Amino acid sequence: MIAQVGYFILLLSFGLALYGAAAAGYGGWRGRPALVESGRRAMLLTFPMLTAASLVLIYLLVSGSFQVEYVASVTSRSMPNYLKVTALWGGQAGSLLFWSWLMAAFATAASARRWDRDRELLPWVILVTMGTLAFFLSLVVFFENPFLRLWQTAGGQQVTALFQPRGTAPLVPFDGNGLNPLLRHPGMIIHPPMLYLGFVAFVIPFAFAIAALVTRRSDDRWIRITRRWTLFAWLFLSLGLILGMRWAYDVLGWGGYWGWDPVEVAALLPWLVGTPFLHSVIVQEKRGMLKQWNMVLIILTYSSVILATFLTRSGVFSSVHAFAQSAIGPMFFAFIGLTFAASLGLLISRWDGLRSENRLDSMFSREALFLLQNLIFMGIYIVCLWGILFPLISELFTGQKVTVGPPFYERATGPLWGMLLLLMGVAPLSVYGRASWQRLGTALWKPAAASLLVLAALWIGGMRNPAALLAGWLGGLVLAVTVYEFWRGARARHQRHGENFFVALGRLAARNRRRYGGYIIHIGVVLMAIGIIGIEIFQTETQGQLAVGEQLTLGRYVVTYDGLTQFDDPNERDRNVARAVVSVYRDGRPLGELYPRRDFYYAAQQSMTIPGVRSSLEDDLYVLLVDWEQIAQQGATFKIYHNPLVNYVWLGGLVFIFGTLVAAWPEREPGRERRRAPTRAAVVEA
Amino acid sequence: MRRGLLTMMGVGLLALAVASVAAAQQEVPTDDQVNAIAKQLYCPVCENVPLDVCPTQACQQWRDTIREKLGAGWTEAQIQQYFVDQYGARVLATPPATGLNWLVYLLPPLAFAGGAYLLLRAVRAWRSPGTASAPPVSPAASDDLYVEQLERELRERT
Repeated sequence: MIAQVGYFILLLSFGLALYGAAAAGYGGWRGRPALVESGRRAMLLTFPMLTAASLVLIYLLVSGSFQVEYVASVTSRSMPNYLKVTALWGGQAGSLLFWSWLMAAFATAASARRWDRDRELLPWVILVTMGTLAFFLSLVVFFENPFLRLWQTAGGQQVTALFQPRGTAPLVPFDGNGLNPLLRHPGMIIHPPMLYLGFVAFVIPFAFAIAALVTRRSDDRWIRITRRWTLFAWLFLSLGLILGMRWAYDVLGWGGYWGWDPVEVAALLPWLVGTPFLHSVIVQEKRGMLKQWNMVLIILTYSSVILATFLTRSGVFSSVHAFAQSAIGPMFFAFIGLTFAASLGLLISRWDGLRSENRLDSMFSREALFLLQNLIFMGIYIVCLWGILFPLISELFTGQKVTVGPPFYERATGPLWGMLLLLMGVAPLSVYGRASWQRLGTALWKPAAASLLVLAALWIGGMRNPAALLAGWLGGLVLAVTVYEFWRGARARHQRHGENFFVALGRLAARNRRRYGGYIIHIGVVLMAIGIIGIEIFQTETQGQLAVGEQLTLGRYVVTYDGLTQFDDPNERDRNVARAVVSVYRDGRPLGELYPRRDFYYAAQQSMTIPGVRSSLEDDLYVLLVDWEQIAQQGATFKIYHNPLVNYVWLGGLVFIFGTLVAAWPEREPGRERRRAPTRAAVVEA
Repeated sequence: MRRGLLTMMGVGLLALAVASVAAAQQEVPTDDQVNAIAKQLYCPVCENVPLDVCPTQACQQWRDTIREKLGAGWTEAQIQQYFVDQYGARVLATPPATGLNWLVYLLPPLAFAGGAYLLLRAVRAWRSPGTASAPPVSPAASDDLYVEQLERELRERT
């Protein structure tokens, strides 16, 4: 009964979203504010309605209502309650509902502003957000209904339907299949919602961009209104990607965090186009340039978001991520194609109105360097998009399946990432407008000299790998430039206002959060680059079968096999654990024990390899239990990875997120700012 | 007599060769040698998981096959070719550069070059013919300019 209620709420929400989009669109077109207002109210209703639908599904999940197909497929009796709640996004149907709920929440939040002079944008923002919501709800309502129930025919066949089909009896399985064990990890529990937060939040800047196009507004108002949305989306997208990397490192058991799996690459696509967007909108704000290009970028971002949701959810690539299989592909392709063509058509029709207000004065100006950065990001984007699409194209046209694996991506994007690092080092010191290479050179020579010291230190330290030397130098350059920028700014304020150096530094960052938050993000990127270079170039590994007491050696490390126990987990009875004990020595000194293990889940018939890891800032020793003798329990095979510097990836990730928070943190209220402004002016004059 | 000596030498060499092959065959390849080859292969079932880390039974059997072939003295290229012959080109980490597969390698650089060309054209259009870049700034003045600009940017509501 309650499942039917849930479906009914979904159906109503779908109707509301359709009505909201149609009423707002028509009202905006014919200039009828009452209709627009009606559409807005419909939109405001979708959020509580979808909250109710999600709560109904959560109730069914937690209460173990296995007569509902979705509940039976993603939960089991042995799962703790918090995992049952997170099963909301553990399967296809639930995650589509979750996506819709976020869309409704963000649409409501974005509309809860004083529209004043921007009221003309409102109908089109509603049209885009509700149109997107209606599409996702149509998938849930017609194709992937999470509220379908299980029934059994007289012949013993299992069928699913919302209401009892004739000649069937209700089917209530004793237990469910349980959540995919790979998903039962803290990183994975919050990884999908983080990614989705990022995906869905990018719809808001897109909606405002379309509204600006429709209303022929060529100013940067839509960018200013959605600046924080863009940063918010980017923050969660980045967080989602980093958490996904951590999850892979902890759970997938292959010694790394990024395998260039198609689904990973798909999730990276919106980030690859959202990042240049984040940079190039600044050029439009400051110089009134790149208006057309920014529209192209946000349209691409939106299409990539929908594409990534589709690719990560549809199972079109059968890979470790694509847990869900379904037949919603054509719907997605049609929607992506339609929205992309319509947005592009609209942009082309407004092309001339979006001409640049300024000329590009110099190739050494900030805007020129941002353009170059955009080009490089687009290069990486194309490599990634092509890398995931090509196997599908090949299969379609030649019937031949091919694998496009890590070597392709690494070779194609490696030099481009390097160029981005170089730009990250140079661009912050460039100026807008009339720049010159002399001025850039004058600003750059000190940090460039400092970065050469890093290079020299690496050389003296015995580093001879050209790629590592180049990356070290570039990282050093970015760090030196960033520190120099902070120092220069703080010193200027110190001299002007007589502020204490640290006060000056704090105020500097607080007064221009986006700029200095951005610099902190750059530091995070350098730290991550150090980790990536460490593992990409210097990772070593060995594998061997050991009897108890025997040892494996890898570089300075020795691992001794002490024993293995195998047992059913008393807390989680669905799980059988084979846990090995190994002792780790470095240069003959004991460092303690590690416990690599293999978990086997009976219900899902799936195993999980959990590494034993000894972490330090210098390196990780990552031990995997590959195999063991079931009966004798005497011999076991271990695989050991030595991952130098890998923890800089996580450290850099934290700094990265912190920088994004600094950039996205709300500024003071404009009213307060205005009141305080004269005081500051007085200080300057004094 | 001389002919006999040559025959003996020939037989001796042959025996030596046979013995060395036999020795090579007896040597059991290590896990690391197997993994070095497995790392570059993908089985058709566990798509996108390299063979050296795939925990399934099927992949274990593939690794055993690699061990067997290595033990029999096969080279890395021969073993790779064996798997390609058996299961198709998809077992390789990147598509072999033949036929349609050329597209995978050609399209990204072409697109990048096209993008660079478009950018160059746009930049040319944006730059007015009469506008020269700003006059060179003396090093001494640059800090003041920087301070001015910083102050201006901080004053602007961001």
